[in-house]
Amino acid sequence: MAAPDRIEQRELPVADPPSPAVDAPSRPSPRGLRGRVGSVEILAAVLVLVVVFRAPLSRALSAPGLQTWTTVFVSVMTQAVPFLVFGVVLSAVIAVFVPASFFARALPRHPALAVPVASAAGVVLPGCECGSVPIAGALVRRGVTPAAALAFLLASPAINPIVLASTAVAFPGQPKMVVARALASMLTACAMGWLWLKLGKTEWIKLPHRPELAGMSKPAAFWAAARHDVMHAGGYLVLGAMAAATINVLVPQQWMRSLGENPVLGVLTLAVLAVVLSICSEADAFVAASLREFSMTAKLAFLVVGPMIDLKLFAMQSGIFGRRFATRFAPATFVMAIVVSVLVGVVLL
Amino acid sequence: MNRQAQAVVLLLVGGAVLRSSLTDMYLRYVKQGLRPFLIAAGALLVIAALMTLWYEFRGSKTDDDHGHGHSHEPRVAWLLILPVFALLLVSPPALGSYAASRAGTALQQVSDFPPLPQGDPVQISVLDYASRAVFDEGRSLGDRKVQLRGFVVKGADGAPYLARMILTCCAADARPIKVGLAGQVPADLKPDTWLEVTGRYTEKKVKDEINGETIPYLEVVDLQRVAAPNEQYES
Repeated sequence: MAAPDRIEQRELPVADPPSPAVDAPSRPSPRGLRGRVGSVEILAAVLVLVVVFRAPLSRALSAPGLQTWTTVFVSVMTQAVPFLVFGVVLSAVIAVFVPASFFARALPRHPALAVPVASAAGVVLPGCECGSVPIAGALVRRGVTPAAALAFLLASPAINPIVLASTAVAFPGQPKMVVARALASMLTACAMGWLWLKLGKTEWIKLPHRPELAGMSKPAAFWAAARHDVMHAGGYLVLGAMAAATINVLVPQQWMRSLGENPVLGVLTLAVLAVVLSICSEADAFVAASLREFSMTAKLAFLVVGPMIDLKLFAMQSGIFGRRFATRFAPATFVMAIVVSVLVGVVLL
Repeated sequence: MNRQAQAVVLLLVGGAVLRSSLTDMYLRYVKQGLRPFLIAAGALLVIAALMTLWYEFRGSKTDDDHGHGHSHEPRVAWLLILPVFALLLVSPPALGSYAASRAGTALQQVSDFPPLPQGDPVQISVLDYASRAVFDEGRSLGDRKVQLRGFVVKGADGAPYLARMILTCCAADARPIKVGLAGQVPADLKPDTWLEVTGRYTEKKVKDEINGETIPYLEVVDLQRVAAPNEQYES
């Protein structure tokens, strides 16, 4: 049966398909149009309603606070969409066109050695963190050891050339900051990979059910994988963008000043701020540089934590790897990133 | 959500991205450099939608054969229609005085001040003027007449400032640069009014009450109300 151009079966267990009761409105067959309300009909109804009530909706959103919220929300989405789409395309390429044996040959056989190699591989992939989540998901599906895929997930948005260059521009005359950022991010990614080898359990990772790939032609499988990942990661990206916009509008800047004076509070404040602001890793250096009340170590923590874990990343990780994974991995990453940044900061800055 | 509905959502998202990047609308949210990537991403989303519909209506031998026609996409995917509505129906404006009045001026230390370009008055950015005024103490400005464009922000005491948001990536990281207006300034300046201000360097400076950073002043010679530019952010 299995012709050479067919997609081989997945090697990793995936989640059971959700029961029909859990699944959003759907019907047994796409062609059984009579008698039931399907998601196409619901979508059409929503679209008609929104267009009809467009004027009152726009008026309701014209208060300055809400308008700023909408602008920031749309901005985060607009900025993330190209990176999301290219990440999804690359992950579909990995899922469909790159044989699993390629990764077996490219990565050292021993998982503990595969971790640093995978995080160093992040250097060559310029992009934001939104793209790296689906790529890491595709790597796990392709049989890459999760520890290495997670190290890649953490390292690639933080230490790629574009991000390091923008850090150098944001901190003129302080090349130490670039070195500290690269070093601390790399160390955190490796440490998290090794921690996963020690403590992680594969059953925490619950890759969403993606039934259609096995037995499809390659182009059909490619588009199915891409559509699937956009719907998953994109939906959660919207959630993260809404959270980031809310924080952006609600938290007044005055609060920051008083917190920056205490060195310990300063590090914690900027680490939390990196999580809630969810700024793209290519821009966070400029924001960090503008937080002049804080110590260099606190700024380093901001730069190391932000690309590894923030609200939109947490939402996307829950979408791609499952909630049980995200609720364990995200806090561990947060703590590890702070500890490593403080150590690197004390030694280097 | 079944695959047909997913295709429609993909088409809407791709269409909205294309619509905003093929016009100047995207400049309210992100930088100009992102445009080719936005166009490519929007086109890819539209193609993905069309391919989904193509495989769907061709009745390809996918998992339909096993008895389910819907794929299990999470309900969270429905949220993807929100940015479409926000972009196409609400089209929020670029960040203005509300955001600028809530954040402190965000000058970055610079030490290199090339001579001002030719022109009288010479048009420079609000950021350039503020940097030269604060960190070079006006030396490279001298007695030259400069022309700045920005929008009006009111301070806590009601005094008008000329402001411009600077952007690195997207409006989520936008930070204001503020310049105070000294001399003959109309009293009825409304927030978010765009101005073209001509003036000279003055030593007057204040501290931004939000973050304690220095806000320089400009001695106003001439002040015109102008239309908002296409690209409202500086970088």
